[in-house]
Amino acid sequence: MKLHPAKLLFLQVLVAVIALAIWQIGATVPIGGDYLLPEFFFSKPWDVLSRVVQLFVSGTIWKHLWITLTETVLAFVIGSAGGVVIGFWFARKPVVAAVFDPYVKMFNALPRVVLAPIFMLWLGLGIWSKVALGVTLVFFIVFFNVYQGVKEVSPVVLANARMMGMSERQLFRNVYWPSAMSWMFSSLHTAVGFALVGAVVGEYLGSSAGLGYLIHQAEGVFDVTGVFAGMFILAAFVLVIDWFVTRVERRLLVWRPQAASEQN
Amino acid sequence: METALRRPGDAMASPGAGALAVALDDVSISFAIKGRPVFKAVAPTSLHVGDGEFVAIVGPTGCGKSTLLNATAGLLKPAGGRVSIFGEPLAGLNAKAGYLFQQDALMPWKTALDNVAIALEIGGTRRAEALAQGREWLGRVGLARFTDRYPHELSGGQRKRVALAQVLVRDPKILLMDEPFGPLDAQTRQIMGTLLLRLWARDRKAVMFVTHDLEEAIALSDRVVIMSAGPEARIIGDFPIDLARPRDTADIRLDPRFHQLHREIWNQLKAEVVKTYGEEMP
Repeated sequence: MKLHPAKLLFLQVLVAVIALAIWQIGATVPIGGDYLLPEFFFSKPWDVLSRVVQLFVSGTIWKHLWITLTETVLAFVIGSAGGVVIGFWFARKPVVAAVFDPYVKMFNALPRVVLAPIFMLWLGLGIWSKVALGVTLVFFIVFFNVYQGVKEVSPVVLANARMMGMSERQLFRNVYWPSAMSWMFSSLHTAVGFALVGAVVGEYLGSSAGLGYLIHQAEGVFDVTGVFAGMFILAAFVLVIDWFVTRVERRLLVWRPQAASEQN
Repeated sequence: METALRRPGDAMASPGAGALAVALDDVSISFAIKGRPVFKAVAPTSLHVGDGEFVAIVGPTGCGKSTLLNATAGLLKPAGGRVSIFGEPLAGLNAKAGYLFQQDALMPWKTALDNVAIALEIGGTRRAEALAQGREWLGRVGLARFTDRYPHELSGGQRKRVALAQVLVRDPKILLMDEPFGPLDAQTRQIMGTLLLRLWARDRKAVMFVTHDLEEAIALSDRVVIMSAGPEARIIGDFPIDLARPRDTADIRLDPRFHQLHREIWNQLKAEVVKTYGEEMP
């Protein structure tokens, strides 16, 4: 069953309105002498909204957004570049892949958050410790996808390209690279998401700027309104980045069949 | 049956007039799978294809005819025997041959036009020139309006046309075709067959056309070579096809001579084919 777009939007807004109403009532209307959602722990929707507006109007938020964005982009770019290079190398040299296999598995199994203190020790409280954390997250996603992409090149496409007379370099450019990229881009959302997680978690654990820092500071002084405002801005920020990634993806993967939309 | 084959050595000619495009002499092919005895796919076999000759290789599914084609392409190293291309022993990939695969072999990330043009570009042709020739060839296979489509936006038959253009644009001296129209429906197969013959008639390349469809083989070729069921497949028949050209692959099937040839070849093959197909055949 398909909903009319306007009706769908109405229902989506309705969910938000009801949730906010419950929140507002729970925080302001005592039921049986008790608040369901005490303001101290849950704040109030209106307070959160005005805090968000205030953060933007005063301009303090821009600096934090910029820092988090910078960390995210750097983590994504460095992690992807590393993942692509190592992924290609391992896929084309099975011996290297076999030697490093247990260590790759070991590092990947490690919850990356425990690395944060080490990175802070090594790289200080500036952006680079956060970038490093993001890189360790992004790297493995891209690495596994590129590795798979190179390994899973259709043998027929490869044989056909060889029969055309492609050299190793031409094969790389025309066959291996596009195949690996298609795999990498299919994980683009996940990779960008993890870059952001690395940045925010890193900030949260120790920094002097960024959205994670903002939330951590508010939490430190029991400023629940500040925590919720930070979370709200973070969520909106992720949506914007995700929208941008979707645009890039559409542009780069035009050659791929759309899952079901074109089937009829 | 051996007598029907041209003897090896009678045409070890120097490249030039009358040179053999493909000479397989006592070629045998084996596969080594770990932990199992060596699988002898093709017993020592000789097959000669003259320049400009259209040879169809027919045999039951899995008899090693594709293997023989891959050995000619240089994609596979024979266990024994010699492969010569225009009198020269084949080393590495066969640069004089174009290969049309059974499965989809187009690069899915390139448009139809780019798929054809790349075949020239890798040889050093300038892009503008490659694109112009690519357009011309796509026009010849009837896809002038589909140059900007990606493979997934084309039908199976259209993809085969692009693949055909991709192979022919390089102007190979030898055309190797591995059940190229196998996955297509009957009507499309006949249309593709007629298209292939029309394009082939322009400059008559040597063709090795592998198929399991005897009718298709007779309709297209100058000579039908029959392979036995594997393992240790070998050539068990070699029949010249004297039907007049140009042919229409649909109309030719109504020709009395076509039926005569079909019956002749079939009578000799029956035992072999029934052995492989079992109860499936009448």
